[in-house]
Amino acid sequence: MAVAKAPLNPDHLTWQGGTQPMKVGYGKLMMWIFLLSDTFTFSALLISYGLVRFSFPTFKDVIPDMTYKTFELSQQYWPIPEKVFEAVPFLHGISLPLVFVGLMTFILIFSSVTMVLAVEAGHRRDKADVEKWMLWTILGGFTFLGSQAWEWAHFIHGSEEGSILANGAKVFGANLVQNEYGPAAFADFFFFITGFHGTHVLSGVVLNIIIFYNASNGVYEKRGHYEMVEKVGLYWHFVDLVWVFVFTFFYLV
Amino acid sequence: MGHSVENSTEKQKPQTKELWKVFWILLAITAVEFIIAFQISSDNNFGKWLKITLFILLTFVKSFYIVGNFMHLRHEVKSMIWTIVIPVVFVVWLLAALVYFEGGYIGSVR
Repeated sequence: MAVAKAPLNPDHLTWQGGTQPMKVGYGKLMMWIFLLSDTFTFSALLISYGLVRFSFPTFKDVIPDMTYKTFELSQQYWPIPEKVFEAVPFLHGISLPLVFVGLMTFILIFSSVTMVLAVEAGHRRDKADVEKWMLWTILGGFTFLGSQAWEWAHFIHGSEEGSILANGAKVFGANLVQNEYGPAAFADFFFFITGFHGTHVLSGVVLNIIIFYNASNGVYEKRGHYEMVEKVGLYWHFVDLVWVFVFTFFYLV
Repeated sequence: MGHSVENSTEKQKPQTKELWKVFWILLAITAVEFIIAFQISSDNNFGKWLKITLFILLTFVKSFYIVGNFMHLRHEVKSMIWTIVIPVVFVVWLLAALVYFEGGYIGSVR
């Protein structure tokens, strides 16, 4: 096979040879494409949230005299998030609007940093550093999941006062049919959007544990590269990215 | 695979300054979002839409940092960047067009 064939294609079109399209490994490219499809899913969820939210009257449409300070929860209009999400664990009865979700945002951003540090350690093929930062990332993931479990429990359980329905009955907390915060659609979107994101975090934590396990057993050391850390890192950062959008569109706007 | 493999077996020093910088930027932007949420009143229309605009802009700034630096997309080849960015631009375009041309319709049928 010493005869050198004249190339039929220019170099940049070599596909079946050694050259990788876009200079990334197959798995990494496919992870990106998967994340793109996941972007569409989350966009659909958030767009429908926006559509339904703005199709309901605001409290100003129903009671023109009401301001953000005097706001009260009612089934008649869409709630404002700072009046719904104002509880923090161990600080019962104190109104701290959005503080707990702010903390959750911080936890997730921090675990994103530790993940990217693990990826960086992988580039240096520093096994001990990869293990250390993967552990921090797993810890961050569990902390976030625990916070979300508390948030859900509190949301489902509701306040002590509850709120009064149009027929005079009282409703406490939330389920898919009715809730004390506002229209049924509000709690439905809360469960679906944060639930779908939480499921992503859970799978991310499982993937991170697998990566940590493999890294500790020297699987990637033997393979000669730590690209798996990078691929799972992409997924983990995406989960953080989605939370940034959920935080804005569900809790801030 | 795609990235260069170093030949030396010596331990390299971690290059993490840039990554921590991005972390502090993300944290600062989140803090600014909190300040906006509680300092600008939504009781008038101007304040309400100013807040919404600022929140969306800051969210996109944050996502540029996460995707660009953490997910390393800034340092990939051009075709790779566009493969990811163009479909997302289409989604945003679709959303903007729907809100602009069809957004009022739901109000008239409910």
